[in-house]
Amino acid sequence: MEPIIIVSLLGVTALLSEMFGFKKVLLPLLILGMAAALCFNQSHWGVNTSYYHDMLLVNNYSVAFSSLLIVVAGIWLVFSGPYFTEIAFRADRAAIIMFSLTGALVMISFSNLVMLFLGIEILSISMYILAGSNKKDPASNEAALKYLLMGAFATAFLLFGITLVYGVTGTFSLAGIADHVMSGRQQLPALMHTGILLMMVGMAFKVAAVPFHFWAPDVYEGAPNEVTSFMMTIVKTAAMGAFFRLFSTCFAAAGGTWPLILSVISALTILTGNIIALYQQNVKRMLAYSSIAHAGYLLMAVVAMNQHSAGALLFYLAAYAAATLPAFAVLSALAANGEGTGTEAFRGLAKRNPLYAFAMAVSLLSLAGIPPAAGFFAKYYLFVAAFQSHYIWLAITGVAGSLAGVYYYFRIITAMYISRGSRDETPIHASLPVRVMLLIVIAATVILGIFPGLLADYF
Amino acid sequence: MDNFQIPVSYYLVLSVLLFSIGVMGVLFRRNAIVIFMCIELMLNAVNLLLAAFSVLHGDTGGQVFVFFIMAVAAAEVAVGLAILIMIYRNVKSTDINILNKLKW
Repeated sequence: MEPIIIVSLLGVTALLSEMFGFKKVLLPLLILGMAAALCFNQSHWGVNTSYYHDMLLVNNYSVAFSSLLIVVAGIWLVFSGPYFTEIAFRADRAAIIMFSLTGALVMISFSNLVMLFLGIEILSISMYILAGSNKKDPASNEAALKYLLMGAFATAFLLFGITLVYGVTGTFSLAGIADHVMSGRQQLPALMHTGILLMMVGMAFKVAAVPFHFWAPDVYEGAPNEVTSFMMTIVKTAAMGAFFRLFSTCFAAAGGTWPLILSVISALTILTGNIIALYQQNVKRMLAYSSIAHAGYLLMAVVAMNQHSAGALLFYLAAYAAATLPAFAVLSALAANGEGTGTEAFRGLAKRNPLYAFAMAVSLLSLAGIPPAAGFFAKYYLFVAAFQSHYIWLAITGVAGSLAGVYYYFRIITAMYISRGSRDETPIHASLPVRVMLLIVIAATVILGIFPGLLADYF
Repeated sequence: MDNFQIPVSYYLVLSVLLFSIGVMGVLFRRNAIVIFMCIELMLNAVNLLLAAFSVLHGDTGGQVFVFFIMAVAAAEVAVGLAILIMIYRNVKSTDINILNKLKW
């Protein structure tokens, strides 16, 4: 509970900084505040507390995911210095970021469908604004509009699902719905199953799963680089966390067709994301499709739904964030240097800035799932979870998809290290905080890859 | 209560109809403002059904939820119209076919 209050107050602080003129110290202040939120959050470990007449339930699951969200947001702030350089927009952008983080925290600690809806909307409405924050750029405008239209459309499906479930059970509380599902398992009406499927469609839109993914590549490509990085890490973590919490507490016992449909969605997402990513020349768009593919892997945890799922989900999201943040830090640096986001820009990067090239290489290895990096065990745990729940075909699809992934990730690594183009060899400068943070995140990726038990056995 | 009560299934059918009209509108209309209106229609179908279920269960929770949906929808439309104005300033149109800088 305290982290949610602290982070929303940080948002208000950011707005006040405009009025009282302390914008220069705003970013360090936010990071300090988030560190405090992290400490308060960890103090809830092992204790289940519910707040506001059972609207929010803080348990180990929500503590673990909240910590992940806050840490990732902190690292994101360090990497995203350029996004806050323009002093006129600094306070607004920081405030909206903090409010969206509040929404993300609500989304993973809800114990009532009202809070799920409010959390999703707090997060989404903030993200619509941020996606369009590059006002003069038509691509950014377009991304904002598409994100808004598709987001609102998805929300309507989610709400219709919530309403049907409410019509059957007469309550919005997760515990009440779970009781109803457990007691009446044999004779759940068709309305309930329709409701579950509609909620699943709504959430699948939010996590960009095939066939509800078509907005994602455009939005991820059009939004400013830093915002795309935020969407791929924070928004994805929150959406997957909420998806899993909803289905594991309420609908796991309901049966019906949702596990089958979700497993097909998961397999389709893995295949489509990886195959289309093969054909992308623009690295940002390639990462967007790869993010869709990763959403497919993550859905395997929801499909498998056994005692290892939550740990596997947390580990995968952490590994994914630890790989995506540095990759986007490098991408943003190149784009800010006027090189664009094509594969061309990465040619000979190893000579121009060895640290950037190394960070990018480790991140891509982790995304591809090559052993020394955390991505390997992340995928391994998910495949094992799917295997244990007898979704053997799904695990095999996952392996096949990640093999295709290796090809397009390695294309960038070869461009950075091997190909010598006609490009200039002027070094690219990286600021000290970015360099230190890059090293920390790479170290985290490697350490998690060697000692995966540190995080996977968190629950 | 008395004989004049409308069965809840009528509300369900009406809501599904309204919701479907909204979905069709979002999928087939090309003007962004009309699409907003269709999304509002979908949300209002949900509101109607929530109110009906709320009376059916004798639980006020559903009606409170309606207020949340209205408030959030208002916020969403405010942001949406702001985005539309921003786009209109750049391209002088609200037709979503103009927005093809990024391929779908």
